[in-house]
Amino acid sequence: MSSTDISIHKEVHHAHDEHDHHHDLNFFEKYIFSQDHKVIAKQFLFAGIFWGFVGGFLSILFRLQLGWPEATFSFLEPLLGKWVENGKLDPEFYLALVTMHGTIMVFFVLTAGLSGTFSNFLIPLQIGARDMASGFMNMLSFWIFFLSSIVMFASLFIETGPAGGGWTVYPPLSALPQAISGSGLGMTLWLVSMALFIVSQLLGGVNYITTVINLRTKGMSMTKLPLTIWAFFLTAILGLLSFPVLFSAALLLIFDRSFGTSFYLSDIFIAGEALSNTGGSPILFQHLFWFLGHPEVYIVILPTFGIVSEVIATNSRKPIFGYRAMIGSMLGISLLSFVVWAHHMFVTGMNPFLGSVFMFLTLIIAVPSAVKVFNWIATLWRGNIRFTSAMMFAVAFVSLFISGGLTGIILGNSSLDIQLHDTYFVIAHFHLVMGAAAFFGMFCGIYHWFPKMFGRMMDEKLGYVHFWLTFTAVYLVFMPMHYIGIAGFPRRYYSWTGFEAFNTFTDLNTFISLAAILGFTAQFIFLFNFIYSIFKGRRATENPWHSNTIEWTTPVNPGHGNWPGEIPTVYRWPYDYSKPGAAEDFIPQTVPFSQTQSSNLPQEKDFE
Amino acid sequence: MITIAIGLSLILLLVILFLLFRIGTLASIFRGSTQRAAGTTKTSNRVNSTLLLLFLILGGAAFVWSFADSWDDMNQPLASVHGEWTDSLFWTTMIIIGIVFVITQVLLFFYSFKYQHKDNKRAYYYPHNNKLEIVWTMIPAVVMAILVFAGWKTWTKITSAAPEDAVVVEVMGKQFNWMVRYPGPDGKLGSAKYTLIDATNEFGVDFSDPNSKDDFMPRELHVPKGKPVLLKIRSRDVIHSVFMPHFRLKMDAVPGMPTKFWFVPTKTTAEMQNETGNPDFKYELACTEICGRGHFAMRFIVVVDEPEDYEAWLATQQPFIEQNPDLMAKFTNKAQASLEVEKKSETTEVVK
Repeated sequence: MSSTDISIHKEVHHAHDEHDHHHDLNFFEKYIFSQDHKVIAKQFLFAGIFWGFVGGFLSILFRLQLGWPEATFSFLEPLLGKWVENGKLDPEFYLALVTMHGTIMVFFVLTAGLSGTFSNFLIPLQIGARDMASGFMNMLSFWIFFLSSIVMFASLFIETGPAGGGWTVYPPLSALPQAISGSGLGMTLWLVSMALFIVSQLLGGVNYITTVINLRTKGMSMTKLPLTIWAFFLTAILGLLSFPVLFSAALLLIFDRSFGTSFYLSDIFIAGEALSNTGGSPILFQHLFWFLGHPEVYIVILPTFGIVSEVIATNSRKPIFGYRAMIGSMLGISLLSFVVWAHHMFVTGMNPFLGSVFMFLTLIIAVPSAVKVFNWIATLWRGNIRFTSAMMFAVAFVSLFISGGLTGIILGNSSLDIQLHDTYFVIAHFHLVMGAAAFFGMFCGIYHWFPKMFGRMMDEKLGYVHFWLTFTAVYLVFMPMHYIGIAGFPRRYYSWTGFEAFNTFTDLNTFISLAAILGFTAQFIFLFNFIYSIFKGRRATENPWHSNTIEWTTPVNPGHGNWPGEIPTVYRWPYDYSKPGAAEDFIPQTVPFSQTQSSNLPQEKDFE
Repeated sequence: MITIAIGLSLILLLVILFLLFRIGTLASIFRGSTQRAAGTTKTSNRVNSTLLLLFLILGGAAFVWSFADSWDDMNQPLASVHGEWTDSLFWTTMIIIGIVFVITQVLLFFYSFKYQHKDNKRAYYYPHNNKLEIVWTMIPAVVMAILVFAGWKTWTKITSAAPEDAVVVEVMGKQFNWMVRYPGPDGKLGSAKYTLIDATNEFGVDFSDPNSKDDFMPRELHVPKGKPVLLKIRSRDVIHSVFMPHFRLKMDAVPGMPTKFWFVPTKTTAEMQNETGNPDFKYELACTEICGRGHFAMRFIVVVDEPEDYEAWLATQQPFIEQNPDLMAKFTNKAQASLEVEKKSETTEVVK
């Protein structure tokens, strides 16, 4: 087991000898069922990118419908078959599209693709460990995720269509196949897939937490950890505490669907018959779902907080402003994320007193979030900013996070949520703050750590083109959605033309769809850059960004075990950029204070 | 033929783009920009930071213009008392977050532009400043406290118990339309049970209950202007949500769990037709909780009358059971049947 040679600091050669044994791993052990955290991270990344394109493509399909409600889409017939009838998209298929878009993006791309990639890749490399605590569990985590992906992907192709009750799968709609065809086999597959997904997340989460707590290298105290690791650590804790609740919600739903129980069902007359279920509560499901669902949005956004903090500090050539406040605000956000779930349920008929409590708790989250934004901006202030592609995405991340986050103050207010709940205002809010922002954080991470992953650089020029097209498109898509939302346009509507109140904004919807198509197309530039650079990119140096964190002290292509010799010892925090008196504008964490006497601060003199 | 032509030109386009990309790469190697540390090349830095500043200015301008342009469409006409409170709170909050939005975005993009890389410059080592951090933690905290207080006050008023004299109407959602039921002159809705639902009796009203004798189910929701109206909301299949955009009103319709919402309409349909200049203006009720194939088509008309017109309209309504006398037969039989069942169960208990 890899864990044994990490925790014990034996002499260098011993560890090396063990590695020689690993050299004769066959192809399957090396690339498929690998237990190396770097390979697993890449597997998650490839899967995430694949899912990202699937999820994006689904959104283009329903944007076609929303942008051109009168048009006929006969050209989609070869692709969608009977889901297009006489050139018209089937309304239930439309609902299936939005459902699968949400499920795929939230869980498969921004949870598995994001945490799976960067937690796996960076935790051992940045804390100075040879691998995860349990390489085997880590491998299982990916392969169970893979299985879950296959099930979810298969559900796209079945006759009754994939799940269609929205990504939140509220029963009774999701429990009754009579209510919508997607609640038949499609929903069963959705539940099976999500159950597997949760198992995968838990295996991963346990590993991340254990690794961060136990396997830090000598000198790497919790207060010397890069913010990325803090973010991944807290993300894993959130996942570990909240995913089991979703599992229980899913399990009870499976019981209601297949074994005649009434956890969520009561007093239902549907398709010409009265069901015998009685005494259940659909609201119970919503409580359970959002008890995961709200921490989930922080599971999506927290890792990018870490990634962006790291990239902004490195490329501003400045220490991150308020390191401890950054950790504190992440702790605060993580804690609060568990006590705000019912702000998704202000108008479900829940006791109004609860509404007041959850409004209060929800708006508190604005405080740590604001602190983070101010600190990022303060980090840029008087920096010497290098605009790498990753840095562009990091700056844009902050912009998107502000734009999307501020409207959260409105939606978290229960009396304002009455009008705006389930309208496009909500769509605009969360797509900016956790959709686009998290995607930008992910791109930021990919561009930044690509050299460490593949030993080559991504093309910067293509990165800029990709960035500018995506950034523009994102704002063009989601800013106008606020207007539509203020006008009260409900979400998950196949068409609004049936209502007098909602028959405006047709041009704007066409415009949004065009912008969405532009944004989606731009991702192919990224795809090309990504694949091309793996094989033909410029060769990277060991530390191309002049960064302080210790993953850049490994060889260009780190092998299994990460460092060929002894694991480096850490002496300082990761943000000694542009320290007055230092020769270079960065001092890696592995440089002892005794070697930097000219730049040591008064309180650091003791460590010399 | 055309598809082949399109395909060919697409391939050609991709080839050209690829060649451009190669030329660009070779040119940058030739210029030696690859020798510099990543992100410190002069042109790229200048271009990107300038574009960021341009993005701020042009983006900001486009935002302001499009916002102003959409203003009329964005503001649905308002016709309820509590809607005035929430609208004013909404726009107050918008102004507050708008100020924060402008300040933070301007600083973000402006600093990015101003502090772009220069070879002879060094960043300012500034790891923290506790005073500053406390200040900018406290300010949002205070602002949030004010907003929470304002929101809480409004929310408490809106969700308080309906006045005793409120007009009571039952609204029921089903796949895929809305139905309403009025209690009739006695002011009491008859009891209903989902097992009693059939093709005629869609509410499942128990007509053996005397309160149900005068209940009626019109095809439009009529409410009097200036009087409190209490909507008793339920669903008989999946979750729906009552949304009346002009009244700033929304409440889920949940099977097995009745909900309610009360409001005071302030403008009659006729007044609103005058105000909007649209002679066909109608208040609408929409569904905002995904409920299946017809989710987007659950339109129901709401009419606000002058109180006296409302009374006149009430007078013309005929109780449902009088319109469907056949139903009653079923209930008298059922009532007897259930009575017999009760007797039987009593006897069995005695036997036990």
